[in-house]
Amino acid sequence: MEIPKTFLGYKREDGRTGTRNHVIILPVDDISNACAEAVANNIKGTIALPHSYGRLQFGADLELHFRTMIGTGKNPNVAAVIVIGIEPKWTKRIVDAIAVTGKPVEGFSIEGVGDIDTIAKVSKKAQEFSMWASEKQREERPISDLWISVKCGESDTTSGLASNPTVGNLMDKLEPLGVHLCFGETSELTGAETVCERRGKTPEAQEKFRKTWSSYNDFILKEATNDLSESQPTAGNIAGGLTTIEEKAFGNFQKIGSRKFIDVLEPAEEPSQGPGLYFMDTSSAAAECVTLQAAGGFNIHLFPTGQGNIIGNPIEPVVKLTANPLTAKTMSEHIDVDVSKILSREMNLDEAGDELIKATIRVANGRLTCAEALGHKEFVMTKLYRSA
Amino acid sequence: MAGTDIIIHDEKDNVGVVVIEKITPKQDCDCWIMENDKSVKIQSMDEIPLGHKIAMMDLNEGDTILKYGHDIGKVVKSIKKGEHVHVHNVKTKKW
Repeated sequence: MEIPKTFLGYKREDGRTGTRNHVIILPVDDISNACAEAVANNIKGTIALPHSYGRLQFGADLELHFRTMIGTGKNPNVAAVIVIGIEPKWTKRIVDAIAVTGKPVEGFSIEGVGDIDTIAKVSKKAQEFSMWASEKQREERPISDLWISVKCGESDTTSGLASNPTVGNLMDKLEPLGVHLCFGETSELTGAETVCERRGKTPEAQEKFRKTWSSYNDFILKEATNDLSESQPTAGNIAGGLTTIEEKAFGNFQKIGSRKFIDVLEPAEEPSQGPGLYFMDTSSAAAECVTLQAAGGFNIHLFPTGQGNIIGNPIEPVVKLTANPLTAKTMSEHIDVDVSKILSREMNLDEAGDELIKATIRVANGRLTCAEALGHKEFVMTKLYRSA
Repeated sequence: MAGTDIIIHDEKDNVGVVVIEKITPKQDCDCWIMENDKSVKIQSMDEIPLGHKIAMMDLNEGDTILKYGHDIGKVVKSIKKGEHVHVHNVKTKKW
């Protein structure tokens, strides 16, 4: 198949391209959720991104909170941003960092004003942003403007056999065209960590991966009461035939095809070394991982599933594929691409990879994913430790 | 090419994955090895559902299970060729 050279996206002020055109109402903290949701309810064409944290965090945990908030606002799938926080200082820090992109962004704080007047004031600005964004048109943009993140969930052995290698096939075909790619799931590479480390393109990338994985593993060994056998593999994984974390890891790892990663990113960190594959240090919990990747600037996500994970994200469209014929049948409303014919050998990996590329471009052009049509908007902050 | 009941990732693997809805005891199964495109046959001993593993040879306690050509855990209860391989007879070497 000849891979299309372009797709239809929204060109942003900073030169990046969005596959979506969202106006987001971003609460800095948990107690500003009500305000953000009221505004999104008032003004059509906006979405609120409520979450559970943002107060009394400190150190690396607070830095990650800011990085996630700021990265979400900067993501090219977002046309304009309203930030609402309880107090002005943290709100301003987020607004100023998003403003670097040149997109419209404005911050509001609730203290000394109250919810009702804040909602009235913010609604006026949100209406202006929403109507402004509604005039943006899709235009032809190079395929290299796709930033694709991947993560699998509710995996079973069909993931390692077929749906993950399909994603790997896509990576092998798209990386030479200059796209950005990202995989994560630090804990789920356990068992395959040595093999994965060798996929670092440079000794520095390999060393960084080894350190990142070891630190995660040390944390797990310290906190686990017995071992992780109760949660890794999950009950769903075991029902699907996965027996050990090592088996899950080697299956997981098929998603990167024969690619090598050029750098290891902190959670929610934006890549800075140009096109190619990146590893991001993330949890393996689906919504946390995709939220971090979206905050890293990725504009479309590929999600292979075995037993049927149903996750979506508010700003980054999540394309789901499965090779499990039962899941494709019983949960068809969640599956964008069915590659189960690989198992019956009626389809080969090359053909499956092409199908996935076609589906990815259709979604990049604007076709809703199953998760979007069903209203999945899981926005989940990663918390590193207890708040003060 | 229809008619494949079990797929094996790598020639070195000592387990295969069931890719039809289920296989039943005494079923003669066609296996396909992805790595080298070879075909082999095996008779199952157990009922094994889609996605679950079958032992391609007799395995003793302490043996290593190979899948994708890699170590994915250890045998904790001996397994006969054709039997179901899962959490009841295999455990992780991690954690």
